[in-house]
Amino acid sequence: MMEIPLFLRGILVITGKNMRLYYTKPPVLMFGLLFPLFMFFAFFVGRHLDLATFFPGFLAMMLFFTASSVGPLITPWEKREKTYERLLSYPVTQDSIILGDVAAGAIFGIGISMLVWIASALFVPVAVTDIGLFATAFVLGTLSCAALGVLLASPASDSPPNVMIFSNLIRFPLIFISGIFVPLQQMQGWALALAYCSPLTYLVDLFNSAMSGASVFSPLFDCGVLAGVSAGFILAARVIQKRNLVKGM
Amino acid sequence: MNAIEAGHLFKRFGTVTAVNDVSLTVREGETFGFLGPNGAGKTTTIRLLTGVLTPDAGTVHITGIDIHRHPLDAKMQMGVIPESSTVYGDLSAEQNLHLSGKMYGMPRALRDERIDEILSRLGLSEKRRNQVRTFSKGMKQRVSIACAIIHHPRVLFLDEPTSGLDVQSRRLVIETIHQMNEQGSTIFLTTHNIEEANTLCRTVCIINKGKIVAQDSPERLKKMFDTTQSVEVSFDRNVTRDLFAAEGILRAEPCGDKWRLYTDNPDRVLKYLVGRAERESLGITSLTTSGPSLEEAFVQLTECA
Repeated sequence: MMEIPLFLRGILVITGKNMRLYYTKPPVLMFGLLFPLFMFFAFFVGRHLDLATFFPGFLAMMLFFTASSVGPLITPWEKREKTYERLLSYPVTQDSIILGDVAAGAIFGIGISMLVWIASALFVPVAVTDIGLFATAFVLGTLSCAALGVLLASPASDSPPNVMIFSNLIRFPLIFISGIFVPLQQMQGWALALAYCSPLTYLVDLFNSAMSGASVFSPLFDCGVLAGVSAGFILAARVIQKRNLVKGM
Repeated sequence: MNAIEAGHLFKRFGTVTAVNDVSLTVREGETFGFLGPNGAGKTTTIRLLTGVLTPDAGTVHITGIDIHRHPLDAKMQMGVIPESSTVYGDLSAEQNLHLSGKMYGMPRALRDERIDEILSRLGLSEKRRNQVRTFSKGMKQRVSIACAIIHHPRVLFLDEPTSGLDVQSRRLVIETIHQMNEQGSTIFLTTHNIEEANTLCRTVCIINKGKIVAQDSPERLKKMFDTTQSVEVSFDRNVTRDLFAAEGILRAEPCGDKWRLYTDNPDRVLKYLVGRAERESLGITSLTTSGPSLEEAFVQLTECA
């Protein structure tokens, strides 16, 4: 059967196309790079906080913003520029388009967050106690955040600004309830209940586990949640985008 | 083998039935024209045939491959130029073609060779490295066509390919369609331009309100409407419609400085016009007869459906 190699090639070509076209788009640079940096400066600089303690949270935030900033842009942009129909007429399926979009977001997230981690290591003592777990956190974290980005674009029309606003309405609250600015151990009541609902919580916890060995949940549980959430986001995006296509272009 | 086979296609959008039991067959190597007024269901049909949309019911086979069971294999056989869809404006013409070639799995060396050939044929060699967003509409359409034919598709779908183009670009597009057909590609063309369909297509299919109302060769379709032969006449001074109130003239329409008279008996009308002009001292500056036109067949078919 020729279909599987064709399917995989479609994902690769779409990923490459997305990397070339969308990484330098202003909304991606603004919401993927500048925002997390500003958040870092706003919350951490000049407050005499122990940066090493908060670094796992900061890294998770960086990864979350970068990986989830590409996905919301691609489909609305392609629909606005009227390239989406051509893309669908190539030997690709909607699934290859979704996975290509997720891969582009994940690679962007990994690349930028790695750079931040390496640069930060020059100034802050950010030890990694379990490199395997750290790498797993990177992969699962970028995958789940990129999948969230694609899901946020799925109900979208052909207006990138509207989708970016909608995606930020979802993304911003998540960083305040996920143990980035307030450690999970210090949360109580409804704040803790909300934190459990955020996938970012488990990424922060996984980074804590990999960098300091201290975590609230077991790393296996964190990995399971992130993998499950990634699959759930991709499936939801698939269902919504298929439903949109049934309604027309 | 048939290049395209569609059986009992249905597609609804809410309460509107866009495609209603459409079945068609296009033979390999044929140029097939798909005509219809705005909103008739042409674009939805082409989207169903190319696998962009999924039908509510019905089947589509491209060169014998079921597009809904094996979409990737079927799409490998075809090139598509969608209506109003464009190529990536942030990429150059060459980069767009490379992207398209990669989608069809062409190796780098073959892509380079084909890109040189196609860009040269379509008059885009000098602008190959310019961003497509700086191109005119005609040039963008040429890049779009280049992207669709880079892999020598067995079946080429074109949705209104010449709509809104300047004369040069239109000629290049038509020439490319001819060339692709001569090289063995089957052409499926939707168009508003009836003359284009008349000259390009071996078979014409007319769709109206989601249903196929006629499918035949252009000449046979015209013959279905023998009553729509016409006589065009112009005089050396203005005349009114009253002049044409005579037996045998079914309808008279002003047409620039001429009048077009529809008839089922041109001989009778010619004799009437000559006699009347003599009696009223009118000079005839031109007088021509023409057979039934595809346009008239189209109008009648889509009006009466």
